[in-house]
Order: sequence, then structure tokens, then C-alpha cells
Amino acid sequence: MSSLQSTEAVGGAVRRFKVLVAKMGLDGHDRGAKVVARALRDAGFEVIYTGLRQTPEQVALAAVQEDVDVIGVSILNGAHIHLMKRLMTKLKDLGADDIPVVLGGTIPVPDLEPLYRLGIREIFLPGTSLAEIIEKVRKLAEEKRSREEAVTGVGGC
Amino acid sequence: MVMFDGEELGRIEEKLKEWREKTLPKWLERMPERMEEFTTLSDIKVKDVYTPLDLKDWSYLEKLGLPGEYPFTRGIHATMYRAKLWTMRMFSGYGGPEETNRRLKFLIQHGETGLSLAFDEPTLVGIDPDDPLAEGHVGIEGVNIASLRDMEIVFDGINMGEVTTNMTINPPAPVLLSYYVAVAEKQGVPYHRIGGTTQNDPLKEFIAQKTYVFPPEAAVKIAMDVVEWSVKNLPKWNPISISGYHIREAGATAVQELAFTLADGIEYVRQLIARGLDVDQFAPRLSFFFDSHINFFEEIAKFRAARRMWAKIMREWFGAKKQRSMWLRFHTQTAGVSLVAQEPFNNIIRTTLEALAAVLGGTQSLHTNSFDEPFRVPSEFAAKIALRTQQIIAYESGVADVIDPLGGSYYVEWLTDEIEERAWKYIDRIESMGGMLEAVKKGYPQREIMDASYKFQRDLEEGRKFIVGVNIFRSDDIDEIRNVPLLEFDQEEIEERQKRRVKEVRANRNQERWKRSLEDLRRAAERGENLMPYVLEAGRSYATLGEIMGVLKEVYGVYVEPPEY
Repeated sequence: MSSLQSTEAVGGAVRRFKVLVAKMGLDGHDRGAKVVARALRDAGFEVIYTGLRQTPEQVALAAVQEDVDVIGVSILNGAHIHLMKRLMTKLKDLGADDIPVVLGGTIPVPDLEPLYRLGIREIFLPGTSLAEIIEKVRKLAEEKRSREEAVTGVGGC
Repeated sequence: MVMFDGEELGRIEEKLKEWREKTLPKWLERMPERMEEFTTLSDIKVKDVYTPLDLKDWSYLEKLGLPGEYPFTRGIHATMYRAKLWTMRMFSGYGGPEETNRRLKFLIQHGETGLSLAFDEPTLVGIDPDDPLAEGHVGIEGVNIASLRDMEIVFDGINMGEVTTNMTINPPAPVLLSYYVAVAEKQGVPYHRIGGTTQNDPLKEFIAQKTYVFPPEAAVKIAMDVVEWSVKNLPKWNPISISGYHIREAGATAVQELAFTLADGIEYVRQLIARGLDVDQFAPRLSFFFDSHINFFEEIAKFRAARRMWAKIMREWFGAKKQRSMWLRFHTQTAGVSLVAQEPFNNIIRTTLEALAAVLGGTQSLHTNSFDEPFRVPSEFAAKIALRTQQIIAYESGVADVIDPLGGSYYVEWLTDEIEERAWKYIDRIESMGGMLEAVKKGYPQREIMDASYKFQRDLEEGRKFIVGVNIFRSDDIDEIRNVPLLEFDQEEIEERQKRRVKEVRANRNQERWKRSLEDLRRAAERGENLMPYVLEAGRSYATLGEIMGVLKEVYGVYVEPPEY
């Protein structure tokens, strides 16, 4: 049973917000990604988890194919700048840079600014609560849906 | 022989009843308890006070014995730290071999007593630095080792006959061991003086650490090759370090960590016996590795229970005769997962408590995390504080002067028994699945850990568990984080250097010897022989890590994890 807060009425039907939770590169630290994936699912999101060792290019493609509302990446191996650059580039190449991207993990503070400049919408440091992650992901998903509605004219109410 | 006679117990029972009915309610009226119920980090419910009544049928000789004697609850050595302190072994490595060589020398200079190499991810999964998948990863989480040449540089100026070295390496363990042995050969160190550890614990890769390469059966086979070869050739080498650390860090409880680790150990013992080895031939070389988390007494109880359980498993299940076969010798690392980004200097205090628990739990070797590790591999400054933490515990606090000083504490003994009992239940469950290899293939420990880690996070959010600066006394002071001096190194430059060097190695080796060594390795793998002699020859011939692993992947295939959450 999905929570109404994580869904949006589209033409009378209910379409749940869809999130891709991704692990990229050789990083095997999957505890955070799995906990967040479960929390989003329990909050009513439709969650797709990529599994480990995906290339950024594979993640971008999956996001487009699955038509997700938000991409959530978890990186704890220090390769975040390199991997996120590749992900954002590929999304742009695919014309999918309207999909908001959020990042969580062990990110040194000096790297926050360069990552935000790449277009990453939110960065969650260790210690961020699930409640905060869920709220921010929901907000980004809502924004994306309302942009789409503005374009297509499809919408509720 | 029980600890208290019936008459004394009766008097205590009466007194306790009176206290609960008369004394305590009056106090609680004025001073209610802080929590509705108190639990350990692993959700074991604990009472307000423990008395001899909690150890009613508890027999001192059966449960504890004396240090250095079965069941080794009080310690594996009769002398423990009064004779020899634990080995202070700092997990180190970053960048290329040059940077890591400098870091090792820095730590030795400041009193470290054993080495421990941290490898980067390309090394951990056995690919060369110029492999496209390695791009952007070289040298970040540890040192990049692509060939014998890199290992020579790491140990330049370090006498391998005088130090022992742990290598946290799993699927490529035979390769890294072969590089290590080949450098020792060049230094003229005889095999009987080569000491150290290869982690080489494949089952926990699928359970937790996730640097798997080969499918489970092949992974176990290759790891057992390393054990068998080492037992016969390197008498001082610990060819396996059966590891709970990663299991715990992935979210397991203390009980799960203990149970899954011992179940892994049981699987390996069976595999080795099935090869025709005598249990007393290899068991003394098995070593263990645990996490020391923040709930102080729970960790101490876990370490004590682990020793008692393993001794029993080895003696009663596998018929070991030698005392050494029953020893659970272990390395400990303080809990990386307990460190947080908020107010990072507080991590020094967390590490201190965890290190103290490891020492009170009787560890043989200890790594203390640095406070800056929520962000990056440690700076020299932070690593030195972490090492000093151990030295202060060892030389100032006095806790190392008496063996198992918490032995006999009603609470600690009760908790030791409780953790043991709960761990046996898990082990029984795994046994009924056909052992850990089968359980892993079914995803059982993986799911248990996922459930536990999710529950812990919910407990944090709902205020049943606390982390200072995170969900209590919350700190949002980003400047405090910004002011932490982080280790700086030019990763791109190091990646280029490592790519250049591996190309030079490939160009300059004896091509004929190299080619033959890989062909021989492939044939040995296809025939199912012990791979170690062939990997060693390939290592000596400057075959790169990616080349050797490439041959093995072609023969054994690779593992892909089902993406469950």
C-alpha cells in the first residue's frame, strides 16, 4: 500500500514517484544505499536499486529507460567527483538532465561546492536522517512532475 | 563447581526481592528511569542490576578456567599483556607505493609494532590501474599494487624478516601473497621468517565487504589453496583472517557478527579437512578479525564468548588436540561505522572507548581508526593520534596489567553467556541450511544484515539509539568540519604514475618466462590443482595483478550479485 504523500494523481490514476538508487564504480559500501532504498519504499516511492559496480553511463541509461523522477547515488569510496562528472555528462548527452540527482556518502566538505556546480541538487553527509532524505527527494520529484505537467498539460485537479 | 552455595544464593534472593519491592519503588517515584527499556546496541535487553542470581548454575571452571587454558574465555595466553602487549597494527596505505612506503615508515617511527596494508579498490577486485573500470579509483582508499614492482617499492628499506604485515586482500589474495613472498625472497628472508596475514576470507565478501570476484564455490576453493600452501610453506603466516569486521560494518548486530564469523570459520575447517589435512596441522594458523563497536560491555562480552565458542567448536566438533588449534587469535578494528562527520574530533573519544573494549576483550592486535575517516583516508596527524590512543591505553591506563579484569563481573558474565547462547542459535540455523557456503548462496546472512541495519537506522530516527552531534545535541556547524585538516594528494597524478609503471613493467619483463608462467597457471586452474605455486611463479615473472586475475576469471567465471535491498 503506497502512501498518498509519495504519489501524484495523473488523470485520475495514481502514479507513484519513482527513484533510482544507484551504486557506481568499484565501491562496495552498500549499507547506506540499501537502507535509503528501503526507507523510500516504505514511504511509498517506487524504488529501483541498480546493484553494485555499475558504470555512470549504465546508471544514466537506466534512469532514462525507467523514466525515474529522481536519481539517488551513494558513494563512499572517494571517487565521487570522477563518477558524478561522468553521470552528469551522460545525462546531458541523453537529454535527461531534467532528472534531479542527489548524492549521499562520505564527501569531504571542500568537494561539496564542485559537486553542486555539476548540477547535483542535494548532498547528504553521514548522519543525515532518513526523514530529511525522504522529504527532499519527494520535493524534487514533485518539482519534476510539475515541470512535466506544465509542458504536456497533463495534470490532476 | 558453582560460584555460590545454595544458602548464600537464598539469602541474596530474599534481599533482592526486598530491594525490588521496597527500596526501588521509592526511588523510582522520585527518579524515574531515563528510558522505558535499556538495550545494548544489538537489542539485548539489560536489567538495572546483576547479581549472583544471574549466574545461578554458572561454573567458574567450566565457563572461564584460567588464562591460557580451555575454554580460553580469559585469554589465549597464560601471560596475556603482562608479557606482550597486543600488536599495534595500523591499517595504512594510500596513493602509490611511494606514498605508502613513507606512511609505513612514519608509523614505525612512532612506535607501531606491526604493519597492515590497505589496498585501493582496483587492487581489491584484481584489476590493473589502466583498466577502464579503475579510472578515477586508483590510490584513493588504499595503495595501488599492480605488480611485484609496486610491492618492492612499498617495502623499500623495510626488513621483511623483522616485521609482520597484514594484507586486507581477498579474491586476489594469492597474487598479493606471491608478490610479498617474492619481495622477501629478494631481501634474502627465509620462508620460516616471513610473518603476517592475508585476509583471504571469501564468504564474508558475499555477506558484507562486496569485493567479490569469483563465484562462491571457486572463491572458497582459491582461498583454501592459499591456506593449504601457506600451512606447508610459510609456518609463521596466517593465511586467513576470518572476518566479522565487515559483517558488523554492513549493519549486523554483535551477535550476528559473532555467529556469522564462526560459521564462516566452520565452513573453512570443513573444506580443509575435506582436502585431507589434519585439523591440528592447519587450525593453529587460522586467525580472526572483529569489529569493536561503541556499546562497551557488549563488545567485551562478544570477544570473550567468541574465544569460548571457537575452543568448543575445535575441540568438540572437529576433535582438535593441540591447544593452539583451539585458540581464537584475533585482530580488532574500532568501528568505522560509529564515526560521524558532525563534530569530527569527537571520533577520537569513540575510538578510545572501542579500543579499550578490544583490550579488555583480550585482542592480539589492534587498529584504531582516525577521527578524519568519515571524509578520507587519514592524515599523518590523525593517524598518529589514533596510534597514540593505543599507546596511552597500553602504557598509562593500567588496564593491561591484570588479565581479563572484568572476569567475574555479574553483568559481563551474564552478557557473555547471553551473546553466546544467541550466537549458537544462528549457527544452528546456518548448519541446518548446510553450512555457510549454502547459506550465503541463499542470501540468508545478507538479508539478516539488511534487516538489522535498517532497524538500527529507524531506532536512531525514533530516538531509541543515540549518536551525539547527530540525533542528540545535534550539531550543524559546518565550519567545524571544514577546519579538519584532510590528507591531500594528487589522485590524478598518482593514477597516471601507476598506469605508466604497469606499462613499463609489461614492456621490460622476461616475456618468455612471463608467458609460460601464465600458461602454466591456466593449466593448473583447469586441472584443479593448488594454484599457489603457479601464482607465485607468475608473480616472480612480473605478471600483473590484472593478468593473473584475468586468467583465473576465464577459468572460474565472475560473480554478479542480485540487486536486493
